[in-house]
Amino acid sequence: MLDTQSDEGYITADGRKIGGVAMEMRNITLRFGGVVAIKDISFDIRWGEIRAIIGPNGAGKSSMLNVISGFYHPQEGEVIYKGYKRPKMKPYQVARQGIARTFQNIALFEGMSVLDNIMTGRMHHMKANMLQQALWWGRASREEDENREQVEKIIDFLEIQHIRKTPVARLPYGLKKRVELARALAAEPSILLLDEPMAGMNVEEKEDMCRFILDVNDEFGTTTVLIEHDMGVVMDLSDRVVVMDYGKKIGDGTPDEVRGNEDVIRAYLGVSHD
Amino acid sequence: MLYREAGDFKTSYVADSQTFPIKFDRFGYYAILAIAFLGIPLVINDYWANSIVVPFLIYTIAALGLNILIGYCGQLSLGTGAFMAVGAYGSYKLMTAFPELNIIFVIIAAGVITAGVGVLFGLPSLRIKGFYLAVATLAAQFFLIWLFTRQAWFYNYSPTGMISAPTREVFGFPVTGPRASAVSMYMICLCFLVASAWLARNLTRGTLGRQWMAIRDMDIAAEIIGVNPLMAKLTAFAVSSFLIGISGALLFTVYLGAAEAGEAFGIDKSFLVLFMVIIGGLGSIFGAFAGAAFLIVGPVMLKLLLVNTLGWPTDLAAHLEIMIIGALILVFLIVEPHGIAALWRTIKEKLRLWPFPY
Ligand SMILES: Nc1ncnc2c1ncn2[C@@H]1O[C@H](COP(=O)(O)OP(=O)(O)OP(=O)(O)O)[C@@H](O)[C@H]1O
Ligand SMILES: [Mg+2]
Repeated sequence: MLDTQSDEGYITADGRKIGGVAMEMRNITLRFGGVVAIKDISFDIRWGEIRAIIGPNGAGKSSMLNVISGFYHPQEGEVIYKGYKRPKMKPYQVARQGIARTFQNIALFEGMSVLDNIMTGRMHHMKANMLQQALWWGRASREEDENREQVEKIIDFLEIQHIRKTPVARLPYGLKKRVELARALAAEPSILLLDEPMAGMNVEEKEDMCRFILDVNDEFGTTTVLIEHDMGVVMDLSDRVVVMDYGKKIGDGTPDEVRGNEDVIRAYLGVSHD
Repeated sequence: MLYREAGDFKTSYVADSQTFPIKFDRFGYYAILAIAFLGIPLVINDYWANSIVVPFLIYTIAALGLNILIGYCGQLSLGTGAFMAVGAYGSYKLMTAFPELNIIFVIIAAGVITAGVGVLFGLPSLRIKGFYLAVATLAAQFFLIWLFTRQAWFYNYSPTGMISAPTREVFGFPVTGPRASAVSMYMICLCFLVASAWLARNLTRGTLGRQWMAIRDMDIAAEIIGVNPLMAKLTAFAVSSFLIGISGALLFTVYLGAAEAGEAFGIDKSFLVLFMVIIGGLGSIFGAFAGAAFLIVGPVMLKLLLVNTLGWPTDLAAHLEIMIIGALILVFLIVEPHGIAALWRTIKEKLRLWPFPY
């Protein structure tokens, strides 16, 4: 199946256009002392696709996302982004290159309002210098208004108008996850990384979140990397799936392909471990 | 007129993000400004200027500065006294080296110098956090005071080891030195305070302020979503020290007139400003005002009450004053750990819904 996809991309069954390779992970190995979190894994992410990473607990999924965000630096292997090998860089530099993310354990700024949290996501679109900001003059005030407008669009899109001014600390779990998605979207990322965006949600919240992820991908063509435990969700949402187990890649392909993969079935049925 | 947002519709995001979204607040703010600029100068005398008003204005600037560092950026500092000393000694060196330079520029330049020193001593914040950083800033406190008391160049080799401010004028009115009147002292401090508060407000409501708060609330997540921690922390140290430097320069030139680093800018000053920030409310511009008012006006009011009204002996009153203020701080922190600003917000929220709480 993968061989039949040309480098320029392909059209999915539901008519979305998937482009060429946006990012390629080449032979990534990541160790923490004696623990090998990722063992020689390679895969690629194409423009416009929803790429899922699945696997049992401790498989190394979050670690892989952290490698992509530049928070962990793998001992071996390289990250190719937009056709170039990415030099070792700090997480904020990676973010500046158009990679935004959410976290497995919500990492919102608890002391700030929902609006301020989402506005923080837009910092790379705000270029006023410190003096202009101090005097609220010229670029500073203009940028604030322009970016507020963009943020309001995201707020409408994710249906969180009613909590705009609420301090984040007061929000229930499900809404926090949504605000975190909003903050990531505010960056207008080229690649969006979502670490278990639906964990701990009830059915209704999960459905909403699924819809948002699909809509974002549909409307803005945002390339999305998604870690999720709920197999039903993964099968519904993703174009291609990487399956990890004990730091190794044991499957890679369309949802149907990985579902039929022996290793994957074994890992999930808990034959090798529980 | 009821205290309401209703009927006060925002037609644009500009209006929505302004400092005082409620009309009543905006009105109150203009009224206070009018009283401060037009009313108080008519009635102020030497006693009120020296005992309450001028120190309140000056310490509020310092509290604004420290609040940016601790309250907005989450970096603990105990070096406030020393940074005020940098402002004071900076202004002294500038005044004596360039007698022609207008005092306004001297004070601003002293702030800039302090900003530089603050950035230097802020560098450890990139590696250490919390109490460890506090200890590092404590080292800055002792080192700088040592420098100003032992290196004679800083006090121009004066035999007393003190620095004293020569007379300087603004628009022909002396604002420093023995001939400065209460009104001119008051006005120059007020202008600096209003400008400082405006600056602090602008910086904290924009993208830089949000980056500071992001570092404060969760530094690792902040960095992963794109905040450069180096930039955020050092700008916070710079802005904070700038304001603290201005406060120190004003304290020395306008208020004290003569000073010696160890006595005027010791560790007790660091704690005084820290208490102001904590009692007033971390991460709140209003909190800086409230905290400074509490700790400057409070003791004087107590003294007036105990000595002048009740006729107690001065030394007994002084001891009691410390105990009462200390007790009040404790009570306050237990009742409302987020400071006067939070208390005020709660009251306003209740007021907004009053008389129908649902
Ligand atoms: N900072 C770290 N220091 C040491 N070990 C780590 C660190 N981060 C991850 N690990 C280890 O790496 C392995 C993979 O962890 P990771 O969080 O990537 O798994 P995961 O697939 O996301 O699991 P889960 O489904 O539970 O979120 C685990 O054994 C974990 O203990
Ligand atoms: Mg994980």
